Amino acid sequence: MSYGAAIRQILRKSGDNKTIVVCSSILLLIAAIALLGPLLSPHHFASTDFENRFMLPSAGDWHLFGTDDLGRDLFVRTLLGVKVTLFVAIVASCVSLGIGVAYGAIAGYVGGKVDAIMMRAVDALYALPFIFFVILLMVVFERNFLLIFVAIGAINWLDMARIVRGQTLSLKQREFVDAARLIGVSTPGIILRHITPNLFGVVVVYMTLTIPQAILVESFLSFLGLGVQEPQTSLGALVNSGVSTMERAPWLLLIPALILAVILLCFNFLGDGLRDVADPKEKTL
Amino acid sequence: MSLLDVKDLSIRYAGSAKPVVNDLSFSIEAGQSLGIVGESGAGKTQTAMAVMGLLPANAVTGGSIRFDGQEFLSAAPDILNRYRARRIAMVFQDPMTALNPYVMIGDQLRRILLEHKICKSAEARERTLAMLQRVGLPDAERQYGVFPHQLSGGMRQRVMIGAALLGEPDLLVADEPTTALDVTVQAQILGLLRELRSQSNTALLLISHDLGVVAGNCEHMLMMDNGRMLEEGPTQEIFAAPSNERTARLIAAAPRIDVPTKTTPLPAGVAPIIEVDKVSVSFREGRASGKRQLDAVRSLSFTVAPGETIAIVGESGSGKTSLARAIVGLIPMRSGAVSYAGKKLPGLVQSRPNAIRRQLQMVFQDPVTSLNPAMRVAEIVAEPISIHEPKKKKAEQEQDVNQMLRHVGLGIELRERYPHELSGGQAQRVAIARALVVRPKVLICDEAVAALDGTIQSEILHLLQAEQADTGLALIFITHDLSVVRQISHRVLVMYMGRVCEVATNERMFKRPQHPYTKAMISSVPVPDPGAKPAEVPLAGEVSSILNPPAGCPFHPRCQHAVARCSEQVPELESTASGSVACFRANELDLGY
Repeated sequence: MSYGAAIRQILRKSGDNKTIVVCSSILLLIAAIALLGPLLSPHHFASTDFENRFMLPSAGDWHLFGTDDLGRDLFVRTLLGVKVTLFVAIVASCVSLGIGVAYGAIAGYVGGKVDAIMMRAVDALYALPFIFFVILLMVVFERNFLLIFVAIGAINWLDMARIVRGQTLSLKQREFVDAARLIGVSTPGIILRHITPNLFGVVVVYMTLTIPQAILVESFLSFLGLGVQEPQTSLGALVNSGVSTMERAPWLLLIPALILAVILLCFNFLGDGLRDVADPKEKTL
Repeated sequence: MSLLDVKDLSIRYAGSAKPVVNDLSFSIEAGQSLGIVGESGAGKTQTAMAVMGLLPANAVTGGSIRFDGQEFLSAAPDILNRYRARRIAMVFQDPMTALNPYVMIGDQLRRILLEHKICKSAEARERTLAMLQRVGLPDAERQYGVFPHQLSGGMRQRVMIGAALLGEPDLLVADEPTTALDVTVQAQILGLLRELRSQSNTALLLISHDLGVVAGNCEHMLMMDNGRMLEEGPTQEIFAAPSNERTARLIAAAPRIDVPTKTTPLPAGVAPIIEVDKVSVSFREGRASGKRQLDAVRSLSFTVAPGETIAIVGESGSGKTSLARAIVGLIPMRSGAVSYAGKKLPGLVQSRPNAIRRQLQMVFQDPVTSLNPAMRVAEIVAEPISIHEPKKKKAEQEQDVNQMLRHVGLGIELRERYPHELSGGQAQRVAIARALVVRPKVLICDEAVAALDGTIQSEILHLLQAEQADTGLALIFITHDLSVVRQISHRVLVMYMGRVCEVATNERMFKRPQHPYTKAMISSVPVPDPGAKPAEVPLAGEVSSILNPPAGCPFHPRCQHAVARCSEQVPELESTASGSVACFRANELDLGY
């Protein structure tokens, strides 16, 4: 109920914001092509064709982006990469959203010792060197798709928890929280009905900014060879293999890198736009 | 030719069809004073901003503003800057945001002198010191190097006035200069403005929502409503015989402390429903090292009977809000107890049983922050029902909500609105509906009408009085506004620095105050009647720091009747024939009118 209000409000105001409309259209378009494109192409992302390695992009036999060093169709592989990258980023962000909001709202609202202990735990986790942490995970559990989520979620929720806690601290000073206490609303009731719906604006904005962060982390892991495994691929992995054939076939690097850049830019601008729309300082939210 | 000539001024914002100021014309002669009065949204501040050339870029203006023959509306900034400070200057409502927090106040004034080339830099410091002294900062040498946050609100406003007068302007524009200040400090600032004007023959454009302030300080007045002028003329004449019907209503609605109003009759001989017994509230200031205890409320006691309204009055820092929050259990008491119907209550609201929680409800000052922005009106009012009567069916609950909304004077078409879609008055009615929907026995109103316009204020007060007459609700009314006290209360409790000065019935308090502070506060309130003599700055100085309270009677540093004993001993609250008072000299002083 209350969450619906916040969503509707953001949607209504977003319609008037050019940045948001343009960026979300581009992202939706890219996502739609990534989902539907492979169905239309005659090629399969894993089928190799050693006769036709390093083909230039051409429309003739549907190698729209050319082929790679194993003769696989780059168009289909890029779309797969987009799909994997977006999937990883969005799922990881949702995970961090869930943990971060719950953790931050409880720490902020309950306050006192609970808050101190919870937030020191966050500080301690921040101190972990991320790459070592990931490498360690890889060594212990072997390379695993699930592990990427865990690794990315494990760092992203820390930021979210801090932001949500800060916001909660200021919300709980507001008189409507006092009024709710006087009426007799229980603490979980106050957090669920009175605090979190009012966090919505900030959280949505922050999430659009954590998604590109997650994409970058995933690309970085894939670039290091710690990410998804062949023949599966992601944008980061494509860029990585593109680098090794850069001199012979620069498009193998340029095309995935360009698409990665467009996606990152769109998310960043989208976050900027949403921040304008859902500015927590604005009374209406 | 007039000093300031405004003709057919209209201001509209790009993207909005409705003008905020519409066809406004007025003029001010040299040395004259004009007060613009109106409720919020009337366009007063927009007019002042237009006169100063401070409208934002997206404002679309029409008409003309001529100052001493120079057109201001279309003038380039460098032309305006030739006039600003030297010929025309402004005092803003909030001196904290109008002063630069990072610059010493002396330097802020000196910069004005140098920026506008009012004097040579060699003289600048001296002139700054002279001005600080003139506006009542006695220790100017030391105050020169002070930062704005180290000064009290009243002192900051004095600095602002000093800054405005540095260039000896011909016209001073003051936008609600005393609205953010306590009543005794307001009287000081208004007195200062009158005094300075009489020395220098400066014309004054005073913007205020308070008819009393304008009545006592302006020869001419202009009533505005919804961007339009209602009426303009000599203040005396308008008050005596307003020609506009709306003006007449606004003047009639202005609360007056010199006219008693009818309160609901008080049932006699009933046991008190709330007993506050020696309640103290303290806060800890600062971090672990060097922690200081701040005593907001000191061993304070009073009772309230069913159907009674007790007003708790005090200036900012008197501890009245802390007291209210301690009674309902939002903050812990350090000592003492609150009893409801003879039974002692646990200190914090979380530990009070639900059956008692519902009996004690509260309405807060700011109706916008006291309503959850993510909930609809219907949900806000229904929430208490679903907690205290969880077995009620959806339909019944809905019916209750509708009935309650109608009861507080709201149409049920507002059910689906969000708080930000309501006006201030509507939002406060929703807050009252939420408090009353569980039929409490005691309602605590913490400055519940302070944020509202005059006419809406009196509507809300009437609503509360009607509710009291119907249900025998006991009201604890926390306020700084004595006119509100006069209008609504049976008994009055005056607080100063966490202690009670005086408790008395409404009538007795205003007719024959027994404590010098009560008397000073009452005579500081501006009366909306140009015939009444303005208060002659009845109280000097400001409230002492609560972190470092004076020994003895907390009021003695400001009290003109203080004797040696007052600085040594704390006077106890003693019962008199008609209430109780905490003053050693209560019996010998005659403070009546």
